[in-house]
Amino acid sequence: MQDALKPQVAYAGPTLVAVPPAPGETPRGGGRPPVVEDREGPPSVGVVVAQAMAGWFQTRAYGLVVGCIGLAIGLGLWQLMSANKVNFFINFANVPLPGAVFAAFTDHVMDREFYIHIEVSVLRIAAGFCIAAVLGVLLGTVMGRSRFGAALIAPYIEILRPIPAVAWIPLAILMWPTDEASIVFITFLGALFPVVINTMHGVEQAPEVLVRAAKSLGASPLQIFAQVIFPAALPNIVTGLAVGMGVSWFSLLAGEIISGQYGIGYFTWNAYSLVNYPDIIVGMLVTGLLGTVSTSLVRLLAQPLLKWQRKAR
Amino acid sequence: MKEVVSFTERLAGLGSQRGSVGRGHIRVDGVTISFGSGRKTHQAVMETNLDIRPGEFVCILGPSGCGKSTLLSSIAGYVRPSTGEVLVDDAPVRGPGPERGMVFQQYSLFPWKTIAENIVFGPKVAGRPKAECAAIAATFLEMVGLTKFANAYPAELSGGMQQRVGIARALANSPSVLLMDEPFGALDAQTRLMMQESLLEIWSAFGITVVFVTHDVDEAIFLADRIVIMSASPGSVIADLKVTLPRPRSSELATSEAFMGLKRACHEAIRAESLRAFAQQSQ
Ligand SMILES: Nc1ncnc2c1ncn2[C@@H]1O[C@H](COP(=O)(O)OP(=O)(O)O)[C@@H](O)[C@H]1O
Ligand SMILES: [Mg+2]
Repeated sequence: MQDALKPQVAYAGPTLVAVPPAPGETPRGGGRPPVVEDREGPPSVGVVVAQAMAGWFQTRAYGLVVGCIGLAIGLGLWQLMSANKVNFFINFANVPLPGAVFAAFTDHVMDREFYIHIEVSVLRIAAGFCIAAVLGVLLGTVMGRSRFGAALIAPYIEILRPIPAVAWIPLAILMWPTDEASIVFITFLGALFPVVINTMHGVEQAPEVLVRAAKSLGASPLQIFAQVIFPAALPNIVTGLAVGMGVSWFSLLAGEIISGQYGIGYFTWNAYSLVNYPDIIVGMLVTGLLGTVSTSLVRLLAQPLLKWQRKAR
Repeated sequence: MKEVVSFTERLAGLGSQRGSVGRGHIRVDGVTISFGSGRKTHQAVMETNLDIRPGEFVCILGPSGCGKSTLLSSIAGYVRPSTGEVLVDDAPVRGPGPERGMVFQQYSLFPWKTIAENIVFGPKVAGRPKAECAAIAATFLEMVGLTKFANAYPAELSGGMQQRVGIARALANSPSVLLMDEPFGALDAQTRLMMQESLLEIWSAFGITVVFVTHDVDEAIFLADRIVIMSASPGSVIADLKVTLPRPRSSELATSEAFMGLKRACHEAIRAESLRAFAQQSQ
């Protein structure tokens, strides 16, 4: 890439048909002009501090530090409310102290059974999410490319999409042969709709001029899909997958609370039944962590396919 | 001139130029194109006839909205004429095809493909072997002076560079006809002039038929063997002028007496038509 960003030198190849760059024609993004400080005398202390601050605000460390301070304040408030058993509209009397939650967490880190809960949940997510990703991209593509397809499928999407995962549980249990299947089904449903909707929008937005260009270059319908429409829709598809991943986690939790003997949702609900309050919060936090990590993983895996986008500044 | 020949020879060696000489004969036969249906029918092109010889450089000139793009689209095969027919080398046009290369006004490179990948899109979908594609990419990158940008993405290039890639991409497919829809319309005057000169050089090396749409009188005269002037509502041909200015042409030509004379002729044709349209409207 370094090479491409260098300013172009005058063309010196062997052919007459070679086209030299027009005067003043420079590649975009080819290095910023150096910042020339036109100042008399040494800069004042105030200016130096202001510049240092301006630089600091841009850094990653800044976000990290402020984020940590915010978390520390939150933890402090939690400690304060729980320790004093504040009961003013919201009751903190039964909320375990941060220390107790941390102790419970370190206990579970040593415990094999805790990992089985996590593993079971992750496997359910993997199954439900993967099926949703494949089916969602297919349905979204059909809806985005064919008016007939869109007219046929849209009513289902519109009616089913607003139904929350919990509302599906009774029917899922009645329909599917095992609890496992019904939980995976609910997880699948959670991820499906964001993927379908985003894929459809992405496919619809594929520029017609690119489709025409591909046709005039001799591409078949399949090649046009694979090399033009799909890549054009990919940024939207990735967004749909990331959102779908988040939704599939809270659908999963709903499913696991109602049925099953394993899973992080079952763990959380079971802790409530057993009056083991610190474990409730451990379960919640681990769910949050898994959700965040899996969503980031989706975006991270898609990165190499979207590297062309970062250049488009 | 010797180097141009060697360049063409090299192309022939690659097997990518399959003798376009003598091919690229376009016939537009009584073409009418309307959009919409019922009472909302709108005629964009009306009863148009054109016969374009192989290797000819024809400019279609007219104000915006007069149906130039629509007429070009019917040759490209994007729109079907409501009546009449378009024939390229005696074969009726039924849809877009690789023998008719297209260059659009802007933003038509595939943003997710590198410059080299964009250029070999045609040969690659045609199933040419990898080594041949690489050779074609190298040749055409060199032709447009963008070898250094082989692995860059389109967004990293200026408008003029992107348009050169667009031309290279169309030519890499060795078409017999090159269709261009206001390809330099979005460029600044300086860059546009450079692009016009290099397009003429490329055209003379390839000897293919070019149909070039523009609303710029100077551009049309500078480039064309022949200028087809269209007028609006409904779009139809009102004049067909021969341009006999000597080639190769350079930008100094624009101040010559012959150039001025042609310019006057073009403006007169357009003016007479505008007056007629104006009179019609105010009736
Ligand atoms: N797909 C379309 N549907 C409806 N009307 C169209 C379509 N394409 C072009 N037109 C109409 O046809 C006329 C000619 O358009 P166009 O060929 O783009 O003109 P030009 O290229 O000369 O500016 C315009 O009035 C335009 O609104
Ligand atoms: Mg147009």
